[in-house]
Amino acid sequence: MRRVLLTGNAAAAWGARLARVDYVPAFPITPQTEIIEALARWIDAGEMAARLVTLESEHSMITAAGAAAATGVRVFSATSSQGLLYGMEMLYTVAGWRVPWVLVNVSRGLSAPITLEPDHNDVLAARDSGFLQIHCAGCQEVLDSVLLAYRLAEDARVRLPVIVNLDGFYLSFTREPVSIPEPAEVDALLPPFDPQGLAFRAGAPLSQAVAVLGGGPYSYFRYQVQLAAQNALAVYDEIAADFAERFGRSHPAVEAYQCDDAEVVLVMMGSFATKARAAVDRLRDAGRPVGLLRPRLLRPFPAAACRRHLLGKRALAVIDQNLSPGQGGVLATELAAALYGRPGAPLLASFIGGLGGRDIPPEELFEIARVTEAAAERGETPPPRLLYTEAELRELRKLQTIAAVERDRRGPAP
Amino acid sequence: MATETRTHALKAKEYKSDIAPVWCPGCGHFAVLSALTKALAYLELPKERVALVSGIGCSSRLPAYLDTYGFHGLHGRALAVATGLKAARPELTVVVAGGDGDGFSIGGNHFLHACRRNMDLTYIVMDNEVYGMTKGQASPTTAPEWSRSKLTPHGPGVRRFRPAAIALAAGASFIARGFAGDPSGLTRLIVQAIEHRGFSFLQVLSPCQTFRPEQTEWKQQVHPFDGEPAANDLEAAARIHADDGMALGLIYVEPLPVWQPLAQPSASLAEIEQELSL
Repeated sequence: MRRVLLTGNAAAAWGARLARVDYVPAFPITPQTEIIEALARWIDAGEMAARLVTLESEHSMITAAGAAAATGVRVFSATSSQGLLYGMEMLYTVAGWRVPWVLVNVSRGLSAPITLEPDHNDVLAARDSGFLQIHCAGCQEVLDSVLLAYRLAEDARVRLPVIVNLDGFYLSFTREPVSIPEPAEVDALLPPFDPQGLAFRAGAPLSQAVAVLGGGPYSYFRYQVQLAAQNALAVYDEIAADFAERFGRSHPAVEAYQCDDAEVVLVMMGSFATKARAAVDRLRDAGRPVGLLRPRLLRPFPAAACRRHLLGKRALAVIDQNLSPGQGGVLATELAAALYGRPGAPLLASFIGGLGGRDIPPEELFEIARVTEAAAERGETPPPRLLYTEAELRELRKLQTIAAVERDRRGPAP
Repeated sequence: MATETRTHALKAKEYKSDIAPVWCPGCGHFAVLSALTKALAYLELPKERVALVSGIGCSSRLPAYLDTYGFHGLHGRALAVATGLKAARPELTVVVAGGDGDGFSIGGNHFLHACRRNMDLTYIVMDNEVYGMTKGQASPTTAPEWSRSKLTPHGPGVRRFRPAAIALAAGASFIARGFAGDPSGLTRLIVQAIEHRGFSFLQVLSPCQTFRPEQTEWKQQVHPFDGEPAANDLEAAARIHADDGMALGLIYVEPLPVWQPLAQPSASLAEIEQELSL
C-alpha cells in the first residue's frame, strides 16, 4: 500500500486498474476525460492488460460496454452529465441484460442552461434504470467504491451494473491523499470475474436480449431486476464489512456522523456532505445536538438503515443537490417514503442547494439547522426552500437589467 | 437572395457581437467568424433575418460572437435544432456552425439526414481533426496514425471519415471546402453556400494551434480544385474520388428539390372529411 495525492478522477482510474478490467469503451466529456486518459496511458505502457476503444458517442459507448460484459469480460467506463443522459435508453437496456459492469459518473449539471459544474440531476436521472448507485464524498472513497462496485455487481445474488458517482470539480479535480492498495490485496477482495451464464462458447450458441410479447413476461423480467436490486442491500453490507476488515476503511451503505444523540439531522449525498460534516462540528461546539446522515447507496435505497438512524429524531434537514421540478428534492422524497407512517418519524424540512456547482457555505448550513430546529419547535413543516442569497439575486438582476437595456435598444421584433 | 430582405447595408464588423472569442490565439475559427460576417454584409442580410445555430465544442461558440439570432444547442444536435427552426421560420437564413467532433461523430446521424432532406440550410463545419474542447482527442477526421492524443497514443487506428464523399452519398446538393488561411476564398464560398437553395455543406479546414500545431503546414498543402464544380453526382463522385482532402473550392452544386414543410394544410378539413366518408 502506498499513499499518494490523487484527484477523484485518478482515484476512479486506479479503481479500474486494480479491478483488472478487460475492456474500456471510451468517449471524452468534461470533467471526466482524465479518467479514460489515465487508463489509456497505463494500457499503452503495458501496466494494464486491457483494451480501450474510443467510440463515437456515449450512446454507443454504453452499448458496447453492455455487449462486452455480456460476453463474460470485466468492463469499465466513465462519463458525465449530458453523456450519461445521451446513453439513457441503453442504461435501462444493459441493466435489463443483467450484465455486471461499473460506470463512473462525474456529476455535472444538465442543460439548459448548459454548465460544467456539478449537481446530481444527471445521476438521479438514471435512478430508475436498474443500475445500482454508490455516491462518494472523497477521493479515497472513489477508489474503494469502484472495487466495492465490482464485487456488488458480480455477486450471484445481484448481477446488475453499478454507477459510482463523484462530483465534478469538487472531487474530479481535487487532490486528496489516497491509499492505493496492493494488487494482491485487491485480488483477494475481488476475484476474477465469474461470468456464470454470460459467455460466448463455441458449440453452445446462445441468443441474448430477446424481445418479449405481453406484460406477463415483461413484468417478470423487470421485477427480477427489482428483486436483485433489493438483494444488493444485504450483499453490500457483507462486502463493505469484508472490505473494512481487509483495508481498515469503512464504507457503510449509510454514513452516520454524530447521529446517536442528535435531535436534528442534516441529510446529504456526495462531496458537499463534507461541508455539512464540518458544520456539524461547529454546531456541536456551540452545544447544538446536530448530526449528519449521508446515504452512500441511492439504489438500492437503504431505507431500513435510514430509519434505524432517524426514527425518534425531532427533525431532518434534507439538502438536495438536485431538483425535480414540480416536486422538489429527490432525496427528500426518498426519505419521506422511507419514514412515512413509522412511529417516531421526524419532521422533514427540504432544502435545494448546490445546483450547477453553487457553493453551500457554512453560514447556510447553520441557518438550515436553525430553521429546522425552529420548525421542530413549532411542529410545523416548512415549505421547500432554495438556497439562494439576496446578493446572488442582486447580481442576476444586474445582468437582467443590462439585457433589458440591450433588448430595448434594438426595439421590438420585426 | 430574395431582394425584399435587402435593407440598408451593414459593415461586416457590425454583425459581430461585443463578446470577445475565447478561442486560443491563432485558432482558425477567427478567420471563419470574420469571413462569415463579410459574407453576411455582402449579401446585405438584415441581422434579424439570420440565425446561427451550433452544437457543442470550440467552434460551436460562434453564435455568441455574432449579433444575429443565435442558438447554442447540445452536443451533436445543431442540425436537428436548425431543422426545427427552418421548418417553423422558413424566411430566416439559417446557418449551422460546428466542428468535426460535433458534426461527424456524436451528431453524425443528423448530418446524413440533413444532407438527404435538403432543407435550405448552410452547414459550416470547422474541421481541425481534433476534439479541442476536451483537450485533444482524435475525431472522425483524424488520421489513423496521429499519435499525440493521451487517449490514443498509437493513433486512433481507424480510417478517416470523408465528409465530402459522405455528403454526396447522403444526397447533399452543395458541397465545398474552404480554408481558414484563405479568407477571401472562404468568404466567397460562404456567400455561395448561403445563396444556394438547399442543404449547403461547407467543410472549412480550420487549424487548431493548441492540439494540432503541425496544421500550420496546411498553408503549404492546400491547393485549388482542378476544373469547374461538378453539376451532377457522377461528376462529383469523380472529383471527390481524386481529392486528397486539401483541395479548396466548390466541389459540387446541383439544384435539387428543396424540402420545406408547408405552413398551410395541404387539404381543407371538409376535403379530408369527404375523402374519408363512406
